[in-house]
Amino acid sequence: MTTHQFKPDLPPPVATVGVYAWLRANLFSSVPNTLLTLVALYLIWLIVPPLLSWAIFQATWLGDSREQCTPSGACWLFIEQRFGQFMYGYYPPELRWRVDLTVLLAVVGAAPLFVARFTHKLRYGIAFLVLYPILAYCLLSGGMLGLEHVPTTQWGGLMLNLILATVGIAGALPLGILLALGRRSKLPAVRVVCVTFIEFWRGVPLITVLFMASVMLPLFLPEGMSFDKMLRALIGIILFESAYVAEVVRGGMQAIPKGQYEAAAAMALGYWRSMFLVVLPQALKLVIPGLVNTFIALFKDTSLVYIVGLFELLNSVKQASADPKWLGMATEGYVFAALVFWIFCFGMSRYSMHLERKLDTGHKR
Amino acid sequence: MSDIKQPGADGIIRMEAVNKWYGQFHVLKDINLNVRQGERIVLCGPSGSGKSTTIRCINRLEEHQKGSIVVDGTELTNDLKQIENVRREVGMVFQHFNLFPHLTILQNCTLAPMWVRKMPKKEAEEIAMHYLQRVRIPEQAHKYPGQLSGGQQQRVAIARALCMKPKIMLFDEPTSALDPEMVKEVLDTMVGLANDGMTMLCVTHEMGFARTVADRVIFMDKGEIVEQAKPDDFFDRPQNERTQLFLGQILH
Amino acid sequence: MQNHTGAPKGSWLTDPRIRAWVFQVVTVVVVIGLGWYLFHNMQVNQQHRGITSGFGFLNNSAGFGIAQHLIDYTEADTYWRVLVIGILNTLLVSVLGIILATVLGFTLGVARLSKNWLINKVATVYIETFRNIPPLLQILFWYFAIFLSLPGPRQAHGMLDMFFVSSRGLNMPAALLAPGFGPFVVAVVVAIVATVLMARWATKRFEQTGQPFHKFWTGLAIMIVVPALAALLFGAPVHWEIPAIRGFNFVGGWVLIPELLAVVLSLSVYTAAFIAEIVRSGIGSVSHGQTEAAHSLGLRNGPTLRKVIIPQAMRVIVPPLTSQYLNLMKNSSLAAAVGYPEMVSLFSGTVLNQTGQAPEVMAITMTVYLAISVSISLLMNAYNKRIALIER
Repeated sequence: MTTHQFKPDLPPPVATVGVYAWLRANLFSSVPNTLLTLVALYLIWLIVPPLLSWAIFQATWLGDSREQCTPSGACWLFIEQRFGQFMYGYYPPELRWRVDLTVLLAVVGAAPLFVARFTHKLRYGIAFLVLYPILAYCLLSGGMLGLEHVPTTQWGGLMLNLILATVGIAGALPLGILLALGRRSKLPAVRVVCVTFIEFWRGVPLITVLFMASVMLPLFLPEGMSFDKMLRALIGIILFESAYVAEVVRGGMQAIPKGQYEAAAAMALGYWRSMFLVVLPQALKLVIPGLVNTFIALFKDTSLVYIVGLFELLNSVKQASADPKWLGMATEGYVFAALVFWIFCFGMSRYSMHLERKLDTGHKR
Repeated sequence: MSDIKQPGADGIIRMEAVNKWYGQFHVLKDINLNVRQGERIVLCGPSGSGKSTTIRCINRLEEHQKGSIVVDGTELTNDLKQIENVRREVGMVFQHFNLFPHLTILQNCTLAPMWVRKMPKKEAEEIAMHYLQRVRIPEQAHKYPGQLSGGQQQRVAIARALCMKPKIMLFDEPTSALDPEMVKEVLDTMVGLANDGMTMLCVTHEMGFARTVADRVIFMDKGEIVEQAKPDDFFDRPQNERTQLFLGQILH
Repeated sequence: MQNHTGAPKGSWLTDPRIRAWVFQVVTVVVVIGLGWYLFHNMQVNQQHRGITSGFGFLNNSAGFGIAQHLIDYTEADTYWRVLVIGILNTLLVSVLGIILATVLGFTLGVARLSKNWLINKVATVYIETFRNIPPLLQILFWYFAIFLSLPGPRQAHGMLDMFFVSSRGLNMPAALLAPGFGPFVVAVVVAIVATVLMARWATKRFEQTGQPFHKFWTGLAIMIVVPALAALLFGAPVHWEIPAIRGFNFVGGWVLIPELLAVVLSLSVYTAAFIAEIVRSGIGSVSHGQTEAAHSLGLRNGPTLRKVIIPQAMRVIVPPLTSQYLNLMKNSSLAAAVGYPEMVSLFSGTVLNQTGQAPEVMAITMTVYLAISVSISLLMNAYNKRIALIER
């Protein structure tokens, strides 16, 4: 009987670890690789220093008129001076606290939904989804409770993008769920109607939908009945988005194992109850990342109402840079708008990836 | 330590003082292993002991950092030509089959002979059919891997490797991913191969196979070869404490 | 009907088949009713506004100019011709955008998988930057902030004295037909046929003897040498008309207008970011075991990629790639924002304003997009079916 004496663990040879080895392995492992590294370095050198110099080092940050701006750098004074317009559009400046309050309420109200320990998420969520829009509408539009009325034509800036996107997705969700159910229905007539509806909206660009909403909707309604411009755009967005939501939800329903449908049927649940009590709760949980991605796409698409003449962020930038006082500041304006969109979209996409990872572990096996 | 005679410079595989690290982790420590032509070796040991890594170094799916590996007279270095020469002579069978799902069984078998051996298609197909016959599934030649059972897929994987007419065959836990009733058909194929005198290195926990087929059983633990012996000695008179512990765990 | 068991048969009200029928009939009636109601309202409204409905207006003369038309057009031409120009311009932007986005996207996707740390990070930064900025914003940026701020034609940036970039767009040499054109076309056809024959012969020889043949390089040589010979013997097929400054603008040559450049560039830059991610996850979806198996059989990196990895990655890549192509085509309508004359800006914009025929114009516009969408989908579905995996 012998006992094996194990050798001690040794550190790897120097040539395979450390900065030198890392550089060798990751940047200069072969001739083509070295060339690629050099090309990348050249590209970075070409783009990054001029960009930084324009945006930061040569830029003008303080002051109150364009005369103070240096010609070689960005003139961020424009953004500072017009920040209110970019955020709120033509919403009266003395009433903008109402918008801030609405956003604050949304953040505070939605916060419990993101706390893992909070147990009544579903009930609370539904109550929030019903009550909050009413409250938000009262606050933003006014005309009651002693609040001054602000017509939607004065709404604008980032606030309008956010309103269109959130109301759009909230409105599209129930319609999308119904369409998804319809598309997976066993009744041929229902299926045909839903498939046609979904494929129609998915086959046309959002712009044509917005055009249609703005020129056709008044035609479709009986005489004397009309919506304002924003509401028309919103209806177009909801119809358009419901088709995309439907496809996302359908994906989730397909991922639910057949056994779940059979189990629901075996418990003598009817169609609606087995859908709403068994299938949809599971499917919707699965598709949350997909819905977040749809929301990101919609948020980017809200910029399109620019084309039908609503004053969302991009249009506000355009209006502001058409002001003779700030002529030629379009670049700064667009860069700022891009940064705003980027922060929102990047943040949400990270959140969606995080959710995906979290849900993934919960659903394997 | 071991009474077995290590083959000398005549070995078809010669590993000398092979060391390997994954980052800071020392996975192989001074592995010395010589394999004679026609020898059949079974490697066993607890998971993470480095047995798979050892055989994967032989066809350079893993790179070793210290020591030397010479296969059929060719030393494994960074030279792509050398690596390719070795891979031509060494066939490998994987735990998860790794058949190409987009190719038919026949195409799986002819791909390498045509692209590596530059063999005419007709000849490659004849050879492929020959080996498919040998693993007893010629009738499946025009199906796709997804249409076959696990055992059948693994036999195809063996045939695919054989089509390159390798001098050495490496088996990396070939039966671990199989349903119990399919293990035998794969083992039978491997026994047939062993009886034909193929040089084989198998990482496996099928101790029955090891006892009947192997010329030498190697026990590895913590990246080292702890014990190697003829199967009878290995199973009946294990010399080492670790080996006994391991055998006690897997034989009961 | 007889009831042998004596158990209650159940009322027809709870018979699932009858319920299904009733439900479907109700659905159809509601849909048709709603459609009829909307249509009726529309007719009444149109009448009140004094607009005659129908597609007759398409034969009227349009009477406005169009900045870019691929076919001849004058203001006297009809709306029909305007429609065709709109479709062609939409297709032009879409096709150019799809080609550019594919090339850029595949390059970035591969870069994203590169072991070269720097290349990998550059690709990541690109992807994360551009896919999170609305395409409309990118179009406006390129158009207003870049192209319109370029110097005028007189100070244009010249390249090789043939290409000129200015606020008027990209001016480049135009190819005009020369006497050598006929023989050149014949030579090109001959070269194509020869290449196809060569490729077939090479494949056959490879299967018979296993001798590989450099199909690609030989083909390339044929494609270059044969037309070049024709050009030498019969004279150049085209002569190049190089743009030159006359007064305040360029004369001669072809010009890509800045609107087109802005739209194509931004749409391909935007879509490429998505394609890159699709390519990355497609190649990533092929398990590492496949590469190992191919390597263990002695296959080199090249054949491993071509014969094992790419065929498997493509079936993961194609479906989402299709929807990116569709998105790009639909996003080409954003060109309306900078006044590029495609379907939406020409038809839903100018023509609608001129004629007031809203329902007809919208119907035509949407039909065109639906038709293009369906064609792309069908094409890619057919391809997808061809490369789909056969499972049990």
